Amino acid sequence: MSVDQGTVHRIAHLARIAVDDNEVEHLQREINAILSFVEALGAIDVEGVEPMTSVLPMLLRMRPDEVTDGFIAEDVVANAPEREDHFFVVPKVVE
Amino acid sequence: MTAHAKPSKLIKGATGDWEIVVGMEIHAQVTSKSKLFSSASTEFGGAPNSHVSLVDAAMPGMLPVINEECVRQAVRTGLGLKAQINLRSIFDRKNYFYPDLPQGYQISQYKNPIVGEGEVIVDVSPTEQIKVGIERLHLEQDAGKSLHDQSPDQSFVDLNRSGVALMEIVSKPDIRSAEEARAYVTKLRTILRYLGTCDGNMEQGSLRADVNVSVRRPGEPLGTRCEIKNVNSIRFIGQAVEVEARRQIGILEDGGAIDQETRLFDPARGETRAMRSKEEAHDYRYFPDPDLLPLEFDQAFVDALAVALPELPDAKKARFMREYGLPSYDAGVLVADRDTADFYEDCVRAGGKARDAKVVANWVTGDFAALANAAGVGVAQTHVPAVRIASLVDLLAENVISGKIAKDVLALMFSEERDADPRDIVERRGLKQVTDTGAIERAVDAIVAANPDKVEQAKAKPTMLGWFVGQVMKATGGKANPQSVNDMLKSKLGI
Repeated sequence: MSVDQGTVHRIAHLARIAVDDNEVEHLQREINAILSFVEALGAIDVEGVEPMTSVLPMLLRMRPDEVTDGFIAEDVVANAPEREDHFFVVPKVVE
Repeated sequence: MTAHAKPSKLIKGATGDWEIVVGMEIHAQVTSKSKLFSSASTEFGGAPNSHVSLVDAAMPGMLPVINEECVRQAVRTGLGLKAQINLRSIFDRKNYFYPDLPQGYQISQYKNPIVGEGEVIVDVSPTEQIKVGIERLHLEQDAGKSLHDQSPDQSFVDLNRSGVALMEIVSKPDIRSAEEARAYVTKLRTILRYLGTCDGNMEQGSLRADVNVSVRRPGEPLGTRCEIKNVNSIRFIGQAVEVEARRQIGILEDGGAIDQETRLFDPARGETRAMRSKEEAHDYRYFPDPDLLPLEFDQAFVDALAVALPELPDAKKARFMREYGLPSYDAGVLVADRDTADFYEDCVRAGGKARDAKVVANWVTGDFAALANAAGVGVAQTHVPAVRIASLVDLLAENVISGKIAKDVLALMFSEERDADPRDIVERRGLKQVTDTGAIERAVDAIVAANPDKVEQAKAKPTMLGWFVGQVMKATGGKANPQSVNDMLKSKLGI
């Protein structure tokens, strides 16, 4: 499996990472190198083997339904480049 | 698809009949105090970003911990939908960019949802019932809210809703008309409210529907569908299905093809329009969330929740028909709202006395419901306790008052006599039915004597009797026992 330059652009766009045209060839090589590295896994027969989502032999820990957090609006917006009345302010986005 | 097209559901196009096919994704906000993966409040409203933890704001290093009550609520809902409960399910990340989604992904369930296939029985009309299959139910996070009207060139983002638990309930494409679509959502909302797992408040966005609509010639394979996003009232759901189906039929009959796309319903214009540009075609790149282990519980966990479930609408309706001898329609109206059903039962059983359950149903769903509705509340939310409706029904059954007077008394209970029991009102205001035959006879004689011409007519046309009854009732201030008046008039007029 390998990716073409169009796919590199597409992945970058989906991740909202700005990629200049002159970087694309380099990135394409890197991505393809990684893909060929993991391609070895394709040789293994995993028929009937459940995907492993965790290496920990434990169950998902649950918490009780209590309100013990929040009410820290000042902290929440502390690092926002722009804010007003504890709202985050961003460039206009309307569908 | 299984069933044949129902001829009554087809809609006529210029070139023949079309069948509408609808499937729905309902987003129901889980009733819980705190969020799905954080301990911030789920309360509606609140100052901007006040119900937000650093988890909800997606600050680096913060980790999600699941709320056990949200898990229980999803299982309860699954049980209420007679659905398969999956003892093991997995949380995935659904990746997309939007300013009100600070994580850059929504934690959702993709391939392994917590609830699998189920079924909802829907009353479309008093005589028509359909089954709508449930495809799945999964848990996921809600996004925040963007306000676009605060500034001409900026959007304001409030994350209070970010991370609140939602149940996405996906139906099978079993719905065949706008009417069925409305009835399905209505029934689903009733079930959720009975279960107490979602408040069903559509104005506050606790229940939102994405409606998938396609059309086809009867018997043909499914057509290309369009998804109408975020329809927020039951009436609009019906309208959206109707106008979208018409739009698609128009295109197909002109020889065009339907583009699979996401659309918005505009209630003001009564039309749907395309929402997202095509180049933004969704590519969510789902993958299992590495911050969360699989969600697992045992059958005992499910069984304990099943035992504690309340009686659900279908079971309650069946019991009302069996126990109180109610017709299907009456029982259906009463159980559509749990509080109404409870109020009705309180009326029937008040004071441990036996009373005619059908008569009680008539009052609760009829005159009383109308007065409650005029006051802008449900029957269980007025100032009138169930025991007073029971008392009114008893006065009627005991022949102390007539039906006409009973209606007047009920009206008084919503105006001058808000705090009085019907028995007191009748006593104090002297509204007792006149059963004294002497008094009735005097009134009858006076009417008969004053209207010789009408007496002649009545002999030829016995239906004239009603006019006489009305006159006597008027003369006695409505207090004469109608049966006695009837009997006496018949003998006096010789009919």
